[in-house]
Amino acid sequence: MTYGAWIILTGVLVGATCGITGALLVLRKMAMIADAISHTVLLGIVLAFLVTQSLNGLPMLIGAGAVGIVTAILVQRLDSSGVQSGAAIGVVFTSLFALGVVMLSFIGDGVHLDVEHALMGEIAYVPWDTLTYARIDLGPKAVWMLGGVFILNLTIILLFFKEFKLSTFDPQLAASLGIPILFLHYLLMGMVSFSTVASFDSVGAILVVAMLIVPGATAYLLTDHFGWMIALSAIIGALASIIGYVFAVWLDVSIAGSMAVSCGLLFTMAFFLSPKHGMVSKWWKRKSFRKSMATS
Amino acid sequence: MQELLELFQNPNARWVLFGSILLGFASGLIGSFVLLKKQSLIGDAMAHAALPGICIAYLIYGVKSTPLFLLGAAVSGLIATYLIQAIVNHSRIKTDASIGVVLSVSFGIGIVLLTYITRHSGGNQAGLDDFIFGQAAAMVRSDVQMIAVGSLLIILLTSLLFKEFKISTFDPQYAKGLGLPVKGLNAILMVLVISMVVIGIQMVGVVLMVALLITPPLAARYWTDRLEWMGFISGLIGAVSGWIGTAISTMGEGLPTGPLIVLTASSIFILSLLFGLRKGLLIKGVQRI
Repeated sequence: MTYGAWIILTGVLVGATCGITGALLVLRKMAMIADAISHTVLLGIVLAFLVTQSLNGLPMLIGAGAVGIVTAILVQRLDSSGVQSGAAIGVVFTSLFALGVVMLSFIGDGVHLDVEHALMGEIAYVPWDTLTYARIDLGPKAVWMLGGVFILNLTIILLFFKEFKLSTFDPQLAASLGIPILFLHYLLMGMVSFSTVASFDSVGAILVVAMLIVPGATAYLLTDHFGWMIALSAIIGALASIIGYVFAVWLDVSIAGSMAVSCGLLFTMAFFLSPKHGMVSKWWKRKSFRKSMATS
Repeated sequence: MQELLELFQNPNARWVLFGSILLGFASGLIGSFVLLKKQSLIGDAMAHAALPGICIAYLIYGVKSTPLFLLGAAVSGLIATYLIQAIVNHSRIKTDASIGVVLSVSFGIGIVLLTYITRHSGGNQAGLDDFIFGQAAAMVRSDVQMIAVGSLLIILLTSLLFKEFKISTFDPQYAKGLGLPVKGLNAILMVLVISMVVIGIQMVGVVLMVALLITPPLAARYWTDRLEWMGFISGLIGAVSGWIGTAISTMGEGLPTGPLIVLTASSIFILSLLFGLRKGLLIKGVQRI
């Protein structure tokens, strides 16, 4: 495969992985917890590095998952002790992120891990960092990791599809039916952490937020069907990656940034043009309603 | 200790220390109102949205000028705040997702513009990326003076209008009955918060700026129930964080000032959460026995 194709495949996988997870977050009104986790994952990665002294995929995934869950637990705790949820999210993520940045400054310059990389990602280098087994080139590491996390997240969603659906729309009913709501909550938080750390290397911790929230929000404007919304969110994420890559190459700018901007463009289009929930159709309906009132 | 004393003999370091103390006090004070109005995360979006504003200001004027950058940041911060509200008002998207969309997309625009400037104007980033994490170490005297004067102005205005802000935040209906211009006061408060964010991002950067607005008032809440005291204590906590964080960062090579200020504030928050006289965990535990 060519250089560009690998980058597009990476972007599409980021979009799809974050998209299916993000749809659930938007429906459950937890978008900003995703923002928090995508920041604090940095601390998990730094800790994993300090323990193993390497930038291996698996320890990083474990470190990020652990810190992601800790973030969710801390926010939950503060929230239930009376701190308003927005402020709870803010204080937890800034503290853990600041800790991550300070610890990062202790790690020497020789390591391929710095703050700018953590924030913006280096998708342009993805095709060169390949996985080799028995001297056979198996393709970029990032693609393998993202593919793995995508399949993991998809499997979790398909396995618990009914449970997720019910606990999202009617938590009380779900609880009375004995669905483990807390378990699902932390499962989702784990999925967010995995998606973040897998995407981290390519699009950076902060632009991951765009991929987690914006496709989900866009899909929410386009459909009322739970299953469709998850699928649509993944498609929008993937589409935004492709559009973003084309623009980035054309204008010679940051690929990850351009992908986030494309997410924003698709969202704006849905905001105005969505058949059911868009501004234009709402305006049209109001107009024709007024007209029918006037004639009757 | 020796290093701490030496710090005060270095005039540039003394200025930075002075600036960060004033900045901490101002943001703690104004943050109390942000917390009361439940707008903590909107503050986060404002800070992230400042990045494209700074880049656009540079693209238009082609010079590195702090006042122009701050102007750009303020304008894009205001636009972001408006967009968050507009998305909530005109679609089925809820506030949290709306904040997330605006925050992440505007940061994406910022990164795109940043790389555009780097690659298209002779590889000179003009120190724009310093705004992501703050540039305390690279600040010149005029930058610090601007932070100090801006912070003082914000402290002064907030103190002067404290009573009006308090009534219009707690009980808008009552405030209207008293003949207070509630909408005008909200607008002034919003402008003050944006100015605070814009001034602060030079020191702590766009990613962590919101911590200076949230953490001190949240910590202060564990010590008092009165808004006047809360504003003052919160300001003090902010000032102490600015002082200790800046002092620690001068002790080692390459220690980032902004994150250290934030970590100090977080530590004070944890101490308050545990030992605070109002609703602190220790007091609660004792009362239960």
